[in-house]
Amino acid sequence: MADLRTNIAGLQMQNPVMTASGTFGYGIEYADLVDIEKIGGIIVKGTTLQPRQGNAYPRMAETPHGMLNCVGLQNKGVDYFCKNIYPQIKDIDTNMIVNVSGNTPEDYAECAARVNELEKIPAIELNISCPNVKHGGMAFGTTCEGAASVVSAVRKVYDKTLIVKLSPNVTSVSDIALAVQDAGADAVSLINTLMGMAIDAERRKRVLSIGTGGMSGPAVKPVALRMVYEVAHAVKVPVIGLGGISCATDAIEFLLAGASAVQIGTHNFVDPAITVKVAQGINEYLDRHGFASVADIVGTVE
Amino acid sequence: MKKHIIDLRITFADRLHPRYVLIKGTPADGSRLPEMLPGQFAQLKVEGSPETYLRRPISIHDVTSDTVTSTNKGEEVSFLIALAGKGTRQLATLKVGDTLNCIIPLGRGFSMPTTDAPRILLCGGGVGIAPLLLMGRRMKEAGFEPTFLLGGRSAGDILRLSEYEALGKVYVTTEDGSMGEQGFVTQHSLWDNAAFDRIAVCGPMPMMKAVARLAKEKAIDCEVSLENLMACGIGACLCCVEDTKEKGHVCVCKEGPVFNINELKWQI
Repeated sequence: MADLRTNIAGLQMQNPVMTASGTFGYGIEYADLVDIEKIGGIIVKGTTLQPRQGNAYPRMAETPHGMLNCVGLQNKGVDYFCKNIYPQIKDIDTNMIVNVSGNTPEDYAECAARVNELEKIPAIELNISCPNVKHGGMAFGTTCEGAASVVSAVRKVYDKTLIVKLSPNVTSVSDIALAVQDAGADAVSLINTLMGMAIDAERRKRVLSIGTGGMSGPAVKPVALRMVYEVAHAVKVPVIGLGGISCATDAIEFLLAGASAVQIGTHNFVDPAITVKVAQGINEYLDRHGFASVADIVGTVE
Repeated sequence: MKKHIIDLRITFADRLHPRYVLIKGTPADGSRLPEMLPGQFAQLKVEGSPETYLRRPISIHDVTSDTVTSTNKGEEVSFLIALAGKGTRQLATLKVGDTLNCIIPLGRGFSMPTTDAPRILLCGGGVGIAPLLLMGRRMKEAGFEPTFLLGGRSAGDILRLSEYEALGKVYVTTEDGSMGEQGFVTQHSLWDNAAFDRIAVCGPMPMMKAVARLAKEKAIDCEVSLENLMACGIGACLCCVEDTKEKGHVCVCKEGPVFNINELKWQI
């Protein structure tokens, strides 16, 4: 039995497998279907300072080996989260991490400050990469200055582990990663979804309500792997890799590319128990190749 | 209700019609089927379909059980599936003995009748008739007499008629007049003397809206079963939302798929 324990900038995890924000609800939705306490970390749905209704329906379109979504950060706001959801999830025995989004750096900081007060939330993930909102989100994540402005504002008020989720919809993801590292991020996670579009030829209409959406699923994995590799070679902070992971081998590829941990997103919809299966599969791989721990393979691809 | 991931062993698979397939399955490991309510659905995994990725949400058509023994012998859950795209066409290739992985049961089903409101019209269009069979069965078991109004393009779309007739009175409309009265379900003569406490509707959106409009005119309570495009099926991804009067965007997979029309912001 290899040592699966993983440490991301002070965040202690029993294994390197996390769930990606927006794909696993608040964890409790999946509690009937998988032992959620065996997951390394659960990143809950994107949370904003004010409640958001999100975009109109339709919000999804299936694509070959993947899907597009334009949910648009529907959530009931950070106060509702603190008052009504946190009490339901605080005693789940794994890392419950809140994904934080906003329209302005001040929004992000205020939201992060409220979550900072919650004892059982050991980390946040800043979403500067949502492609489905008009203001904020990806607008910050596509320039070094914008990304740094959000991270700096949050760093001033947030003293636990600060993960920043990066957008792939940029010319140089490494430049953005370096900018957020310099602004005080403890770790980066990538990739968020790739901007895409679906068209209904018979109706001659775009399928999604806002025209575009974020693409995820196995189809995006090669793009994600390349970006994780690039960023892991550029920054000093730990990298969390995600994008199209649907089996243990996919996850191991991200670790080899330089990710210290991984997130699984869309595939939770297909197999709700995939996170636990991937953790087991990583263990089997390490044993088979004679490695003692996850850290032994991180970034070792030739 | 507790959700389960179950491998079903296919016990029956029949292409009833070029556009529909009926599949029945029983838990492959010999365990009992979980409790399921009429109007709930399952997320079926589509294997061997390179161009699709997600599960397919399919309503629970029927549940049969052997009440004599405590084993799962004879316990079957049925799905009546319309071949709408690549995923459902792949499901239609399942054969007896194959395995079908499903997450079941999901969502909120139809309201059952009460002694104060016993008369429910079960109104289905096309493959929307599917969940009404289990609803009729549960009504009959509870001592209520279901009435069915089933509509389709032609006689071939009115599937498994004898199963429905075994549970209650069945009225039929077809657009080409090849079975029952010609026209849409809303044009059937039974509406002239309609005396129902509630209508439970499942079918294409224009048909459900037409029935909802009629129900409103006649001041009859009405529930509709929505089939918004969904990914997860359990309220996590927030893709399948419907706008509601009191709660804003809610997940059809979790708060529905069955809604009272008074909850919805439909312009009818």
